[in-house]
Amino acid sequence: METTRYLQRYSDGDRINHWALVILFFCTALSGLSMFHPSLFFLSTLFGGGPWTRILHPFIGVLVFLSFAGMYLRLARDNVWTADDRAWLAGARALLAGRKDVVLPAGRYNAGQKILFWLMAITLAVLLVTGLIFWRPYFAGYFPIGMVRLATVVHSLTAVVLILGIIVHIYAAIWVKGTTRAMTRGVVPESWARHHHPGWAAQMTRDKH
Amino acid sequence: MSSLQSLDIAARSATTLPSPSIRREPHVAKLIDVTSCIGCKACQVACMQWNDLRDAVGDNDGTYDNPRDLTPASWTVMRFSEVEVQAGRLEWLIRKDGCMHCEDPGCLKACPAPGAIVKYANGIVDFISENCIGCGSCVTGCPFDVPRISKKDNKAYKCSLCADRVTVGLEPACVKACPTGAIRFGTKDDMKEFAAHRIVDLNERGYQNAGLYDPPGVGGTHVMYVLQHADQPQLYHGLPADPKISPLVALWKGVVKPLSILAMIGAVAGAFFHYVKVGPLESDDEQAH
Repeated sequence: METTRYLQRYSDGDRINHWALVILFFCTALSGLSMFHPSLFFLSTLFGGGPWTRILHPFIGVLVFLSFAGMYLRLARDNVWTADDRAWLAGARALLAGRKDVVLPAGRYNAGQKILFWLMAITLAVLLVTGLIFWRPYFAGYFPIGMVRLATVVHSLTAVVLILGIIVHIYAAIWVKGTTRAMTRGVVPESWARHHHPGWAAQMTRDKH
Repeated sequence: MSSLQSLDIAARSATTLPSPSIRREPHVAKLIDVTSCIGCKACQVACMQWNDLRDAVGDNDGTYDNPRDLTPASWTVMRFSEVEVQAGRLEWLIRKDGCMHCEDPGCLKACPAPGAIVKYANGIVDFISENCIGCGSCVTGCPFDVPRISKKDNKAYKCSLCADRVTVGLEPACVKACPTGAIRFGTKDDMKEFAAHRIVDLNERGYQNAGLYDPPGVGGTHVMYVLQHADQPQLYHGLPADPKISPLVALWKGVVKPLSILAMIGAVAGAFFHYVKVGPLESDDEQAH
């Protein structure tokens, strides 16, 4: 019987960075949501009540930004938009409809993953800047009230866009079998790579031989 | 302040269901007749005394305003404005500043902490400090720049219209202390009627633009002013001519908040049913096993 060949997709550092980001993201998202809608205020209990939630949320938010900055440095190069990505997007509908025979062109990341990566980069930058503007008691006092109001509404809206993106990200990991293994174990079967990331698989095996 | 059982609650921050509200209570109002005010600051002293607040000694900025601004420990401040509405005729306008107790309170709309801000059935808007989380959203929501966050405890403070006195049938402390009768308290209807008489009197004395300040943009207020120049409220230390809850705050709480929850539930439900319909996406390797 032929043994499965594995390709290294994520280093130990990549995986630690990613999961630190996941934990921090959940903490900010849940604490933020508790202050966003009354029906979710009960989530503030997880953080020690309303005042503690208000105190912790911005600090954890800064850590999310720093943690993502680490991912950015690791992954930005592989997320540069290429000509193949247009073709992937054109074929994405067939993939979503469940056509298992479809193999779309993708390097280390497909177009969908790249869109999410840049969405995260942009939304986190906006969240950092707008969040600082109404961070009490430290910074809000330095900004005029109109700016505080604008920052508040932009912060909420941006956070929701990011959360929607993360919902898609998590679902994609559940939907595409074998994907979570990349982030938990670091390696993926070569067959998985050839199916989902043919360009990357070709490059990795070429490097090997 | 505290929750008062004998005062029914008409609105409660970050709460979706109605609060206890079976009793019928008349709307109350404080009427501040700016034209009768002599700027003695007895109201400020009475406010400090009743609420047991002692602000730090500040510094003089060349005006009579003392302290310079509202603070967590100074819930009312006399604002002195020197204006010439007619050239060569100096007027000294003195406005008692503080919470206006809006019928549609922007602070309450913006507050994310359940029950940290309440509007009693009689119209008084009050901060329930033990529920306050110190986020400052009330400051963001207020069209009058009234709430102040304490550096000591990170909680928001403002005039309570002496809700604790009103509930036991007393008038607010500032009203009791005013030596000229410039501050009055009663039902909102009575205060409007009294104001109407004052305005007729002022009209007869040459103040053609005298009028009542009860701005409709915030549903009216439970603190009203009689102004000799009601056509130019900005003269009175920048009293807004047409105060409204900022459209940004309305967008945040009225549109983004409800639609976002729907979008997030929709995304999760959409993902779940996509999986139910289409099933997992497997590569050849896994299908073979």
